[in-house]
Amino acid sequence: MANRTPLYDAHVKAGAKMVDFHGWDMPLNYGSQIEEHHAVRNDSGVFDVSHMTIVDVAGIDAKPFLRYLLANDVAKLTVPGKALYSGMLNEQGGVIDDLIVYFFTDESYRLVVNSATRERDMEWIHGVASDFKVTITEQPSLGMLALQGPKAEEKLKLVLGDDAFAPVAGMKPFMSEQVGDYFIATTGYTGEKGYEIVVPGDKVEQLWDDLLNVGVQPCGLGARDTLRLEAGMNLYGQDMDESVSPLEANMGWSVAFEPADRKFIGREALEQQKAAGHAKLVGLVMKDKGVLRHGQKVIVDGGEGEITSGTFSPTLGFSIAMARVPASVGETAEVEIRKKLVTVSVVKPSFVRQGKSVLA
Amino acid sequence: MSNIPKELKYASTHEWVRNEGDGIFTVGITEHAQDLLGDMVFVELPEVGANVAAGDDVAVAESVKAASDIYAPIAGEIVEVNEDLEDAPETVNNDPFGDGWLFKIKAEDPSEVESLLDAEGYQAVIDEE
Repeated sequence: MANRTPLYDAHVKAGAKMVDFHGWDMPLNYGSQIEEHHAVRNDSGVFDVSHMTIVDVAGIDAKPFLRYLLANDVAKLTVPGKALYSGMLNEQGGVIDDLIVYFFTDESYRLVVNSATRERDMEWIHGVASDFKVTITEQPSLGMLALQGPKAEEKLKLVLGDDAFAPVAGMKPFMSEQVGDYFIATTGYTGEKGYEIVVPGDKVEQLWDDLLNVGVQPCGLGARDTLRLEAGMNLYGQDMDESVSPLEANMGWSVAFEPADRKFIGREALEQQKAAGHAKLVGLVMKDKGVLRHGQKVIVDGGEGEITSGTFSPTLGFSIAMARVPASVGETAEVEIRKKLVTVSVVKPSFVRQGKSVLA
Repeated sequence: MSNIPKELKYASTHEWVRNEGDGIFTVGITEHAQDLLGDMVFVELPEVGANVAAGDDVAVAESVKAASDIYAPIAGEIVEVNEDLEDAPETVNNDPFGDGWLFKIKAEDPSEVESLLDAEGYQAVIDEE
């Protein structure tokens, strides 16, 4: 039987269409995924992300362990609560997973990793940890909600009350704060302001109900995918996997090559790849009718590539995609759609931020 | 449970057909089909005046999830298409058996419609999926 989050019954009650997502019964939509998408861009929406894996790392070696395990450098984190996005790579530089790491002290961190890769991640983390004095604790009893949108702050304040909200008022992006039972972080996967809130499993339904009662739109995986793609955020398993390096997945910014004496897993492979040249992930825009889709062939100057994620952009009203192509790519490309070649523009893989187009 | 109006005829490929009289038949996709596809974003319709054979792919319903061919359930000439869908493809989701109709065919042989599925037959097709 598939895994269920503590909110399964609440989803069904809210009219969700439930689908299998890597072994979890998750809501695809509650009617119209496009309406859910617009709610997040214009007002607020809430996603159940309780299926994600939360892993706490503690011990005197926690910092050196994570500096070796992750491609980004946790030494950048000095303010308690601060968060960092990173890839976790294999020796060949391939992406085992992408994750967010939260810093509490040099001996205490929290990782939030993908659910689809949970087993592989845990096996890898435990394997690397065996050479360090750290304890790795998975937190399966915790639930998690993502409250996103320009009105997220206003809605959270309504639900928490002024006193409980005070510690997170005006909190900058990629910060976190423990407020009573709630671990509240200003992170997300939509390109909007908002929060990811970690809650004990038995309290998550109360928070969900409270948010719905102040008019927050419940949102499913369908809207989550169009929102993250508009924001130019990668989906693990689609835009990158263990056969793809962060340099080929528009994640180069999250690899900390400096300081040069920090050893991390995959470093040598990435340095070789950097010197030899590599494919890159670009954005595609098609204003003609039709929708760019995962797997479509892309013909560019000097070679061929493939669309890794494609969709109709509800905010822009036309189709957008991410594609991995040879670095020789020019300003346009041709995509094979239903046996016809269509010319599309090539852009940076980021399309919408805070409700507005970022296309030139 | 999906709504399947008794007065319509159906193709196993999820189109419905309504007899408008004078050999004219309106075609759309079923509630079940739009539910499978999810939010519609484009509908590509045939040319008015085109002659089509039963089983020809004549239109495309493109949703957030997938592009799906729509087949002519009967042979004939396309006499009208639902131009409102150009600006409001979501009508196919909201009212699949009404304002979300796709095109009208003047049947070559109106009796061809008799060989299509009735509501019960179409229900059986869905049940087997």
